[in-house]
Amino acid sequence: MKRVLIVLLAVGLLATPVWGRDYEEKGPIKIGAIFAVTGPASFLGAPEQKTVEMLVDKINAEGGVLGRRIQLVLKDSGASPEKAVSFAKTLIDEDNVLAIIGPSTSGETMQIKQLCEENKMLLVSCAAAEVIVNPVAKYVFKTPQKDSQAITWIFNTMKDMGITKIAVLSSNAGFGAAGKKQLETMAPEAGIEILSNEVYDKRATDLTDILTKVKSTAGVQAVVNWSIVPAQSIVAKNMKQIGLDVPLFQSHGFGNPKYVEQAGVAAEGTLFPAGRLLVVDELPDKHPQKALLAEYKTNYEAKHNEDVSTFGGHAYDALMVVIEGIKKADSLNRDKVRDAIERIKGLPGTAGVYDFSPEDHTGLDLSAFEMLTVKDGKFTIYKK
Amino acid sequence: MVDASLILQYFLSGITKGSIYAVVAIGFNLIYSATGVLNFAQGEFVMLGGMVAVTLCLFVPLPVAVFVAVIVVALVGCALEIVFFRKLRHHSILHMIIITIGLSIVIQEVALHLWDEKVRSLPYFTGNEISSVRFFGAAVSPQVLWVLGTVTVMVVLLHLFLRYTARGRAMRACSSNAEAAMLAGINISNMRTLSFGLSAALGGLAGCVISPITMTHYEMGAPLAIKGFAAAILGGLGNPTAAVAGGLLIGVAEAFSVSQLPAAYSDVTTFILFLLALFIRPHGLFGSPSGEDVREV
Amino acid sequence: MKRLIPVIAFAALAVAAQVVSFAVGKEFCLTQLTMAVYYAIVVMGLCLLMGFAGQVSLGHGAFFAIGGYTSAVLTTSDFSRFEDSAWIAALKRAHVLYLKADLYGGEVLAATPWAAFLAAMAMTFFIACLIGYPALRLKGHYLAMATLGFGLIVYKMVLGSSITGSADGITGVPEWKLFFGLTVSGKSALRVQNYYIACAVALLLLVLLMNLVQSRVGRALQAIHDRETAAGAIGINTARYKLSAFVLSALIAAAAGVFLTHYNGGIGPSEASTLKSVRYVALAAAGGMGNPWGAALVSTIINFLSLRGWFGSYDNAVFGAALIVIISLAPQGPLKPLGLLIRRIIGGIRAPKRGGHATP
Repeated sequence: MKRVLIVLLAVGLLATPVWGRDYEEKGPIKIGAIFAVTGPASFLGAPEQKTVEMLVDKINAEGGVLGRRIQLVLKDSGASPEKAVSFAKTLIDEDNVLAIIGPSTSGETMQIKQLCEENKMLLVSCAAAEVIVNPVAKYVFKTPQKDSQAITWIFNTMKDMGITKIAVLSSNAGFGAAGKKQLETMAPEAGIEILSNEVYDKRATDLTDILTKVKSTAGVQAVVNWSIVPAQSIVAKNMKQIGLDVPLFQSHGFGNPKYVEQAGVAAEGTLFPAGRLLVVDELPDKHPQKALLAEYKTNYEAKHNEDVSTFGGHAYDALMVVIEGIKKADSLNRDKVRDAIERIKGLPGTAGVYDFSPEDHTGLDLSAFEMLTVKDGKFTIYKK
Repeated sequence: MVDASLILQYFLSGITKGSIYAVVAIGFNLIYSATGVLNFAQGEFVMLGGMVAVTLCLFVPLPVAVFVAVIVVALVGCALEIVFFRKLRHHSILHMIIITIGLSIVIQEVALHLWDEKVRSLPYFTGNEISSVRFFGAAVSPQVLWVLGTVTVMVVLLHLFLRYTARGRAMRACSSNAEAAMLAGINISNMRTLSFGLSAALGGLAGCVISPITMTHYEMGAPLAIKGFAAAILGGLGNPTAAVAGGLLIGVAEAFSVSQLPAAYSDVTTFILFLLALFIRPHGLFGSPSGEDVREV
Repeated sequence: MKRLIPVIAFAALAVAAQVVSFAVGKEFCLTQLTMAVYYAIVVMGLCLLMGFAGQVSLGHGAFFAIGGYTSAVLTTSDFSRFEDSAWIAALKRAHVLYLKADLYGGEVLAATPWAAFLAAMAMTFFIACLIGYPALRLKGHYLAMATLGFGLIVYKMVLGSSITGSADGITGVPEWKLFFGLTVSGKSALRVQNYYIACAVALLLLVLLMNLVQSRVGRALQAIHDRETAAGAIGINTARYKLSAFVLSALIAAAAGVFLTHYNGGIGPSEASTLKSVRYVALAAAGGMGNPWGAALVSTIINFLSLRGWFGSYDNAVFGAALIVIISLAPQGPLKPLGLLIRRIIGGIRAPKRGGHATP
């Protein structure tokens, strides 16, 4: 009996008629999404998926775009670049989507950048690396702020504090590597000297050895850590545990209140640049982003019973950019939408206010960030 | 002038990591000794212990949560053995190893869907995130002392169990000669279940005690398992104390590698040393060349 | 003649898959099928090692990565900095290096894909010998751990080095012009062509393995697998045969790596990860250890479905569960039961004219 089952399974799988939908003129607007919902980048992909689904439901409930519903075609890449490539091809060839949102990580985005450009598929990535939009590919955009902008904020704050010599720690994942490269490139111009520069495994369980090395390096006035959880919390804790008492700067990957919880008391005083989503309550009412951020935060937290994070916001912005492009172009023609996106000015998003152009496919400048710190276990805007 | 407190700090750092590897290695070593199976799911027992304890901590005090978590994971271990190894007849050890690979993957996915992808941790058993204990100018988190203490207790209890109790002796008999043990009337199947359950319990306890240091998340099992295996094999399979020694050695080697080379290559250095040790002395630093390598795959 | 039956069946199945996919309007499935076939090639090479030589390698993803990365780095690096050197000029004349246009309008002096392929094979050969020689003297679990350690070293190295693109890997790998006008490329227009290229490579490998198995070498390997000491006693140079099997399976994995890298246009460090290596082993075992046909079938089906996203977020769980199920119920692989079933069906339709057939 077992053998029959195995055979039937094999035959069935080979011959299954898969239902495909052709792109119909009057049908829903198909927008593809590739997120790393499970796997090592799930802290990015999971909130991104939840955000986008929530937003699509809301938009459809309000009548859709150009009178049509939005249909989301979502694929879980598990942060695997091969799957990202495979799904990108599927979304381009089979589902014939209008645009692709995501992927969640820079590594995946880079693997499909050329593919999308060659196939003239509109791609709005939720990953942060500079190289995604530099050199500019006509059809490829991204919504997160640039690493270089985050670093400018960090260096400016350091100058205010009189810090000129630092140690840099980064994880060996894509995000960490990108940050490290930017820090190295921008430090000389900012007058900052990197005395110690170490890379650790993203799943490291303890970093006291690296921090000991930093501690033994004379003259280090601050530590910059570029990674995501759990390493962010581990660095904060280990620093205090071995008595390395210098200011700790984190990347904008620190953008989730849960990370503060995990580092506990050790997180007090951490400085990091982030989008204003995390401190929406402190914004003046007239701030262009306030209404949108407050609404997103309230809805997300009510629906999913978890803290809102800046990562989900990137997907929010990506979808809004595509929809705004559709509205401005008043068309579902991909090229027209693409052109329209490049003309978007002053669109408020979760990460900042977007101004695109043919040369700027990120749309955000320095003002998208705010320098935040942790006080009494909460995020608050850093005041000098 | 070399700074003694600096060296001590690196050493303590190595002990921190090493104790984590050691505590995983003990459980792995036990199953291997008793059944000859390389249990790739050992890391998942560690993960489950931590996850269950964190959830329970919301409702009961910490010690109770840990205790219950260990029991739960032990039962899971027994259940896995009964369902996948006892009921189904397997042709070779390799097949059983592959089953554990499949199990580790499935358990990870189940954990992901039961708990979600977030990172969590148990509170520190004593002190908090920034407390530290100082020795001669070097500092270490009190939780590390807890881990070392747990490791020591595990080794001692295991030793007593294997040597002085009937069941323990039976387990040792199974590991050195299964056929003879069977002829002597020992129930091999039960012994195997017991070894899985016990290993799982050790893993679960490990998961609880290392949680504040490493943070607990659904993917933490695999890298720990690999380092744990390496530790057990480096020490010499079949000997729990050797497994611990192996773990500590790997941890300290990593820490000192960081002190001299870029940290990015610390794992590379560790594994190169591991390979060299394997090529030169395959039965482990403290193991004896007798029966271990005759096992056929 | 009998031996050709599996070959013909395989070829027929490949053609059938393509025809069916066109018939139901799902020809894009060929993309994922092509990728799955390349992964299956790695698994088949592993079958040679595990099934016949009886050696476990938990680090075979590393060889796939060595092949793929070597090719990727050579075909995307710019050697024009060394343009003045005599070496480079000579390589240029020999068509090993050539000027190619990059994505943004510039020009880059890179290696030709064929040259890169040969370099990748050479690199793999060298490394496989280096690691294989001491590793294969270990037994059983120790060998498994040594290969695991090796895989980890390679993974950490490609992850940590900027020349391999660190965590992001390498992108922009060009197409590879084979012969007879065939090109290994990811372009949709060449999809069918590439599908058949992959199947042809796989088929070639299967024929090679089949011949190997029947030959003296194959029998020697079988003997080593069954009873190594006895094999040594009757004069078989066990060390040399095991090493040969190891190196050959490594080269097969590396070749698959090169092909797939050109097909995808890039490669990332995840290809060298332990998870991938473990998956290869699991698929080889699930297909039936000494059975490259079974391995090819199981591996292709499961990888295809995974790449199509059929399992959604449960991808790993399904993989793990399928693995457990197949190993538990059909540890020799599903092909024997399949074959028996087909024979029973055929036997039931036609009255048997001859006596019982020998089982393959």
